Amino acid sequence: MAHGAGGKASRRLVEGLFAPLLCADSTGPLTDAAQLSIEGTRFAITTDSFVVKPLRFPGGSIGELAVNGTVNDLAVSGARAEVMAVTYVLEAGLPTEVLEAEVRAMAAAAQRAGVRIVSGDTKVVEHGKADGMYVTTTGIGSMIRGLKIDARSVRPGDKVLLSGPIGDHGITILLSRGELDLEAELCSDTRPVLPLVEALAAAAGPGIRWMRDPTRGGVATSLNELACDCGLGIVIDEEKIPIHDAVRGACELLGLDPLHIANEGQFLAVIAPEYSDAALNALNLLPGGEDARMIGTVCEQPAGAVLAATSYGGSRIVDMLVGDPLPRIC
Amino acid sequence: MCLAIPGKIIEISPDNPDSALVDVVSVRRRVDLGLLQDDRPKPGDWVLIHVGFAMSKISEQDANDQMQTLRMLGETEAALQEVKGYGLEEENGSEAASS
Amino acid sequence: MKFVDEFRAPELITRTSEEIRRLVDPARHYRFMEVCGGHTHAIYRFGLKDLLPDNVELIHGPGCPVCVLPMGRIDDGLALSQQDNVIFAAFGDMMRVPGTHGSPLEYKARGMDVRIVYSPSDALKLARANPDKHVMFFAIGFETTAPSTALTLMRARAEGIRNFSVFCNHVTIIPAIRAILDSPDMRLDAFIGPGHVSTVIGCRPYEWIAKEERKPIVISGFEPLDMLQSIVMLLRQLQTREAKVENQYKRVVPWEGNRAALKAMAEVFQLRPYFEWRGLGFISQSALRIRDAYAEWDSERRFDVPGVRVTDPKAAQCGEVLKGVLKPHQCKLFGRECTPEHPIGALMVSSEGSCAAYYNYEHRKTAAATMLSQTA
Repeated sequence: MAHGAGGKASRRLVEGLFAPLLCADSTGPLTDAAQLSIEGTRFAITTDSFVVKPLRFPGGSIGELAVNGTVNDLAVSGARAEVMAVTYVLEAGLPTEVLEAEVRAMAAAAQRAGVRIVSGDTKVVEHGKADGMYVTTTGIGSMIRGLKIDARSVRPGDKVLLSGPIGDHGITILLSRGELDLEAELCSDTRPVLPLVEALAAAAGPGIRWMRDPTRGGVATSLNELACDCGLGIVIDEEKIPIHDAVRGACELLGLDPLHIANEGQFLAVIAPEYSDAALNALNLLPGGEDARMIGTVCEQPAGAVLAATSYGGSRIVDMLVGDPLPRIC
Repeated sequence: MCLAIPGKIIEISPDNPDSALVDVVSVRRRVDLGLLQDDRPKPGDWVLIHVGFAMSKISEQDANDQMQTLRMLGETEAALQEVKGYGLEEENGSEAASS
Repeated sequence: MKFVDEFRAPELITRTSEEIRRLVDPARHYRFMEVCGGHTHAIYRFGLKDLLPDNVELIHGPGCPVCVLPMGRIDDGLALSQQDNVIFAAFGDMMRVPGTHGSPLEYKARGMDVRIVYSPSDALKLARANPDKHVMFFAIGFETTAPSTALTLMRARAEGIRNFSVFCNHVTIIPAIRAILDSPDMRLDAFIGPGHVSTVIGCRPYEWIAKEERKPIVISGFEPLDMLQSIVMLLRQLQTREAKVENQYKRVVPWEGNRAALKAMAEVFQLRPYFEWRGLGFISQSALRIRDAYAEWDSERRFDVPGVRVTDPKAAQCGEVLKGVLKPHQCKLFGRECTPEHPIGALMVSSEGSCAAYYNYEHRKTAAATMLSQTA
C-alpha cells in the first residue's frame, strides 16, 4: 500500500523491480517522461495512472487530474503535450452520469491544455473494485526548443524555483473524504503548467537544469529525488515557501508537514544563478504565476539530502515521505 | 500526547452549549467544550485544541507579558553594562574603568 | 498564525539564545531532559539544537505514549477487532506501529475495517453511523488525552450507545518521571516539563521533583521561544542553586490544572495496580483502566483479550533510548534493520519517538551549518 504513496517505497519499487527488468539497457536517472527519437525527430512519452477518492472534489475531478497530470509530466520533461491515449477501468454499477461527467471533464481539460485525446479503451471490473473508476493515460509530446533537462547538470549555486502555493490538492482531497470533519475554503490546484513552463523556457531556457512536478509525496519527495540524482544538497528556506492559510491551518491541526502533501498544479525547477531573476520575473508576470518564488539553493552539503533552514539559524533534514501522510495527535 | 494548537471560537452551537465552531487559520471544525464547563469560553475567545476538545483558554495577557519579558532579555544586560561603565563599583581594590 | 508566529520571531529567538550563552558556565556540562515527545519533535523540527551551546545537552524522555506501549497491547487491540463487524478506530499515530503480525495499516490492507480518527468523539460518531457494527476505539495518550476519552465515554453512556467500546491504554506521566529518576544510569540536572499534560494536571504534581530530588523543572510550551525561554529559566535556577517548579507556559497552563477535566477522568477511570511500559518494565499505579460503572464500554470486558506478553527483539534497545541512556543512533539496529520504512520498535514509527525524529530530521546533517552561511 505504501508503494503507491509516491515516496521511498514507490521509488524502491521502480528502481528495484521495474527498471532492472523492463529498462535494463537504458542509462541515466529515472525521469517523469522518456525521450525517444523517431526518424530524427525527438519526442517525449509518459504514462500515468490516476486513482482518487472521492472522484469529484472542489476544484476538479479525476478527469481533470488525468489530463493535467499527463500534460504536466511532459511539461516538466521539457515537452509540449500533443496527443493522449486514455484507458478507463470502471467499477460495475458506476452510474452513467458519473462516467459522463468525467468524460466531459476530460474533454474540457484537454481543450484547455491544447492536447488531443486520440485513442482510448474501457474495461469493467466487478463491483467493489476500482473505487468507482481508475484512469490511465499515455501522453506524447514534442520537445520544447532550448530546454535540456538533466539532473546531472545541476551545480552548487543553482537556485530552486517553486511555481506556487503547496498542499492545496492533498488537503482538499483529505477534507473531501469527510472523515476529519474539517471545513475550509480550499480547492485542488489541478491545472496544466505548460504555459508557465513555456514562459520559463523563453525567458531562461539555457539556464533550466531540472524540473519536476511534486505530486504524491510533495515537494520533499521531489527534492530528495533530485538530491539523490545529482549527489548534491538542497537547502531550502521554509519561510519562502508559499502556502495558503487553509493548508497551513489543516496541517497544524492534523500534525502534517506541508512539504509532504500532493500538488497537482505546481512544478519545481532548478535554474542557473545568472538566469534566476529572469526566470522568476517571467513567471510572476503571468496569471497563475504570481506566487512563484525562489525557495532554495543547491549546495555541496548535505550531499544527497534536503535541508530546511529557518531564519533564526536552526535547520532540519527534510526526508522523503514514508507511506501516506497520516494525521497525528502526539 | 502533545499536539495542541490555538483556535478562535466563532460560534457556540445554539442547541448544544458544549459544542463550538472553531477557526484555525481559516480551517473550521466543531470542537467539544465539555472540559471547559467551569469557565465557558465565548465567541472571540482563543482556546487550545487537542483531539477535537478545548483544553484551556488562552490568555492574551499572559502571552503579551511573555513577549515583553523576552524583549527585555538583553536589554537588562545592556542596562547593566552601561551602569558598570559609570564606575560606581570598585573591584579588587582598584578603580573600575570609566566609560 | 496567532499565538504561534509570535513565538517564532527570529530576533527574539536570537536574543534568547544569546541569553543562554551568557548564562552557561563553560566549565559545566548540562543535561536537561525533555519529558514529552512533543518537545522532542519540536527540538528537531525547529533545529533548536543548532541554537544551543555544545555544553547544553537535551536528553529525550519517555513521554511518547505510542513508544511506551508494549507490542503485546497492540496485538491485543488488533485481535479484538478481527471479529466480524468490528471497526478498529485509532489516531493516525497508531497506524504504522508494528504488532507481531503487522501494523493496523497492514491489517487494513488484509481486509480489516480500520479507520483513522482525529478525535475520540469521531469514533463515537462512527458508532452512531454504523449501528450494525461495533466500534472499538484504541485509546492512547497521557493525561492530555485521557479527559477527552473520559468525556466521550460519559456521552456514550448518556446516549445509550452500546456498539462502542474503548481499549484503554492511557498512561500517567509522574510515574514515568519517577522511573527515570530512580534509574541508576541517569544523571540529569533539570527537566523541561510537559506543557500540554500540565493543562490538565497543573503544576503541583511536579513539586516532589524540586523538593525531594532537588532538580529544577520548568513547564514549557512548544514553540521555539517557549523552549528557549524554559532553558533560560532552568539555567537561572541552576546558577542560583535553586530547585523549584516554574510555569513558562502561563498563557495556557493553569497552576491548579483543569478541574473539569480531572473530574471527568475520575468519574470514568481508575488507576491500574500496575502496567507494563516498553523499556521501563512494570510500573505501579501508572496507567488507567475503565471503572466498573462503565464496564459495558470497556473493550477488555466486552471481549476476550489474549493478553500475551511480547518481548522486544533482544537486539533492539528501545528501553535504553526511551530512558535517555542511549541516543537513537547508538542503538545497534538504528538505520540498519530499524528505519521508518521497516521499524522494529515504536520509537521509529511515532512522529515524536526520538528514533524517528532523529532519523528524519538529523542523522544526515553534516557540515550543514557552515554551508548555510555560504548560501545567499
